[in-house]
Amino acid sequence: MIRLPLVLMFSALLFSAGVYGVLARRNAIMVLMAIELMLNAVNVNLVAFSALLQQMTGQVFALFVIAVAAAEVGIGLAIVILLFRTRESINVDEVNLLKW
Amino acid sequence: MSAQEYAFVVLAVIGGLSAIAVVTSTNVVHAALYLVVTLLSVGGVYLLLGAEFVAWVQILIYVGAIVILFLFGLMLTKAPIGRDTLDNQQRWLGAIIGVGVFAGLVFLIQDAFPMQDAQAFEPARGTTDVVGEAIFRNYVLPFEAVSFLLLAALIGAIVLARKDDSS
Repeated sequence: MIRLPLVLMFSALLFSAGVYGVLARRNAIMVLMAIELMLNAVNVNLVAFSALLQQMTGQVFALFVIAVAAAEVGIGLAIVILLFRTRESINVDEVNLLKW
Repeated sequence: MSAQEYAFVVLAVIGGLSAIAVVTSTNVVHAALYLVVTLLSVGGVYLLLGAEFVAWVQILIYVGAIVILFLFGLMLTKAPIGRDTLDNQQRWLGAIIGVGVFAGLVFLIQDAFPMQDAQAFEPARGTTDVVGEAIFRNYVLPFEAVSFLLLAALIGAIVLARKDDSS
């Protein structure tokens, strides 16, 4: 019997930690980790409302979000490794080839 | 407060503190290990909310696969140590924005679901057969779309990361 606002605040804390990580980190892998934190915050909300409404939709979409996160990390790390191979550095503020 | 709520608060404090450690740690490998703690406590929260299947998927996919991928990525690239090489110059602005987002979200949650008249809810029945029935009865098309996305991501990752032999 958990009260809903507590779960939502836990999710808000995870999300704001992720926002800070995306904004403050230079290392591309650390930025990806912060994105994972934000995706987890969304999943906690989906599962909490699924339990509140006694419907399965939230849990199904949490599973879809986990699958999309796995795909995103795979592609992201491939890009990071390619970047390291060509630039010898994975700092996101040094990658400005496409910057206008 | 019920026993479940005490367990949830303990898990939430552990998960929240290690989430903050993930984004503030000065060692990339330590950050990845703090990420494991956060993901495990989120999995525990799913178990407390009754979402059994999602909890085990969380532990298998996130802790078992994604964190291992991160550690491989850290091994294949140079992993510098220290705050100046890991964080950029705007981190104080980032901290202000992060705290602002948290304060705004807490305000919105208090506004929409006030703590004093929050009803405690029953855990969901998230066993494998219930989730499987929901996926394969109502969400077959999104499921196929997600599997196609995973296939595309797999091929894309291989194409991106392999060595180019022609040049």
